[in-house]
Amino acid sequence: MRRAKPAVRRAATDDDAVIRTRRLTKRYGTLTAVDNLDLVVHRGEIFGLLGQNGAGKTTTILMLLGLTEPSSGEARVMGLDPEREPRLVKRRVGYLPDAVGFYGGLSGRQNLRYTANLNGLRRDVAEHAIADVLEQVGLTDRADDRVDTYSRGMRQRLGIADALVKTPDLLILDEPTTAIDPLGVVEILELLRRLVNERGLAIMLSSHLLTQVQSVCDRIGIFAAGRLVGQGTVDELAATFGDGTATIEVGLELPTPADRSRAQAALGSLSGVTEVNPPAKDGDPWQVVVRPASGEGRVRQEILVVAVDQSLRLTTLRPVVPSLDDIYRLAVTRTAA
Amino acid sequence: MSAADTTLTADPVVAEPAAATPRDPLPRAGWRVVAAKELGDHLTSVRFVVLLVVLGLAAAIPLYFAADQIRSIAPQASGFSAVFLALFTLGSQDISVLRVYEFVGIVAPLLGLAFAFDAVNGERSEGTLPRLLAQPIHRDDVINGKFAAGMAVIGLVLVVVVGFIAGFGMLRLGIVPHGNEVLRLLAWVIITFLYVGVWLAFGLLLSVLVRRAATAALIGFGIWLLITIFGQLITTLVNGILAPAADATPDAILANAQIQQFITRLLPSTLYRETSVVLLNPSVNQISAPTSIGQVQQAQQQIQSLFSLDQSFLLVWPQVVALVFLLVVCFAAAYVAFMRQEVRA
Repeated sequence: MRRAKPAVRRAATDDDAVIRTRRLTKRYGTLTAVDNLDLVVHRGEIFGLLGQNGAGKTTTILMLLGLTEPSSGEARVMGLDPEREPRLVKRRVGYLPDAVGFYGGLSGRQNLRYTANLNGLRRDVAEHAIADVLEQVGLTDRADDRVDTYSRGMRQRLGIADALVKTPDLLILDEPTTAIDPLGVVEILELLRRLVNERGLAIMLSSHLLTQVQSVCDRIGIFAAGRLVGQGTVDELAATFGDGTATIEVGLELPTPADRSRAQAALGSLSGVTEVNPPAKDGDPWQVVVRPASGEGRVRQEILVVAVDQSLRLTTLRPVVPSLDDIYRLAVTRTAA
Repeated sequence: MSAADTTLTADPVVAEPAAATPRDPLPRAGWRVVAAKELGDHLTSVRFVVLLVVLGLAAAIPLYFAADQIRSIAPQASGFSAVFLALFTLGSQDISVLRVYEFVGIVAPLLGLAFAFDAVNGERSEGTLPRLLAQPIHRDDVINGKFAAGMAVIGLVLVVVVGFIAGFGMLRLGIVPHGNEVLRLLAWVIITFLYVGVWLAFGLLLSVLVRRAATAALIGFGIWLLITIFGQLITTLVNGILAPAADATPDAILANAQIQQFITRLLPSTLYRETSVVLLNPSVNQISAPTSIGQVQQAQQQIQSLFSLDQSFLLVWPQVVALVFLLVVCFAAAYVAFMRQEVRA
């Protein structure tokens, strides 16, 4: 994302790590669910765990909360060892489980009250916090209805409220946006961003929905078969998993075949251009591949000049931004190979 | 664990100092919060009302017969000992099962099972377990709290039902318990509480081990049926097979009687019934089969007299210990299984 992220810059020092794991491993029999995981999440950032179902995301989260023991390696959450001091960790970490459930016979507010009691909040503090988080997730109107009557999206939002009741320093959200309609997703993501900006807490969320992760996360970790194959911002991941080339889309109006070959030759003659791919169908843009990727800006300028010289009529000219989809596919296939 | 320790010391970067203490102290007794919530759930549940009615009926029906008999012996009541306890021990002269303690013994296990069979697997299938365990409580707070809440409801129901019977006796029949009778009644309530506790712990064990609540309920009620209804049938059958030949020596007959007794005592319902009979009836001085001819003769020469409560306890303490043992074993099994289970199914 092209967004100013001062928080992340500031968080570059080690002391700001809210989550840090070293060679964290979990084996179930012969299956290695999480394999030598080295992960760092800083204060004030949203970290996205990306991976298919069964890639080890939830297992990692459970180990961070001390809900399952690592086979080897270690984890630190807020500087605490979740294996030895799980209660201190859980007091400060809000967790939204995958497929979160509530006591259907109780109202949303009663469910949150139970969580507040389990966290040892004083009654007045609890009531205040509950009203506050219900407002934040937009459930104030339905707070006193039985959870039985809630839609799945409302339950999900109640789950986020539940994770926030204890005023955590870190939020761990397992698939927070599943079952929420597209408009609701935008609201939730905005809420998360606001929480980070206002309260300065850190969020780790897992998802398999790439666009959401890309739109809200400062940094991303890509999980494949229990291993973290990449970690960083989208740009950093693109640099890691790209093949060192950049692609430019060039839209041209070319009425005759002669024009086409002229364009092919002109584009191909530019320095740094390694490939010129004409479109499969008329009207689509041409793909110009540049190596090294850093030469992309210069080449784009030269294309403009060439187009004027050769009197080729340009319709579009733009660099192709690597999408998280591409990066993810590359990362997963490359590590599988 | 040791591997983690060595890497910890080898790499100081990871070993950050423990961060600032949390703003609020950790809750001290998580099990109490769990128990309070569970108790609230139980008391407002349909289940609670149904069980109260069922157990109430189970007590009221034999009580009707008991009252009848007490009225009939009322003229000579001065010679009759422990009239008040007769409310619980007397019943229909034709049907021996029709007595309060027998009926309570049959129905009470339902109480235990009903408040436990979905305790853990229910949370699991509703998806509330991971959320609950992610709160700053100990893991065993969950199962301890649930057990405590179950025991509290059971205690409440028993006190209500026994209070109803005692109240009926005092108001309608005009019989007032003496101090000794009150103590015996109290002891019986505690034993019943323990016995239901065994079933509660067993239900809890099922709820931990069996993934689906409906299956757990079916297994639990199946075993209840087997023990309370068919239990005596089965032991009679086994004992019939083991019965000594007609020309056996008295010693062989005695030895056989002991084996038969051992077999019947494998059932918790037998343990409970034997304890109830002795505690509620001060004149009962023997529940075990005699072990020698001498004891047989002794028993025949004994003068009928009333026992004090501690003397009665001496008779049944093995049964009481066995009940406590069963309770502890069931709960410990549930506890250990729960602690070792993965959070995710």
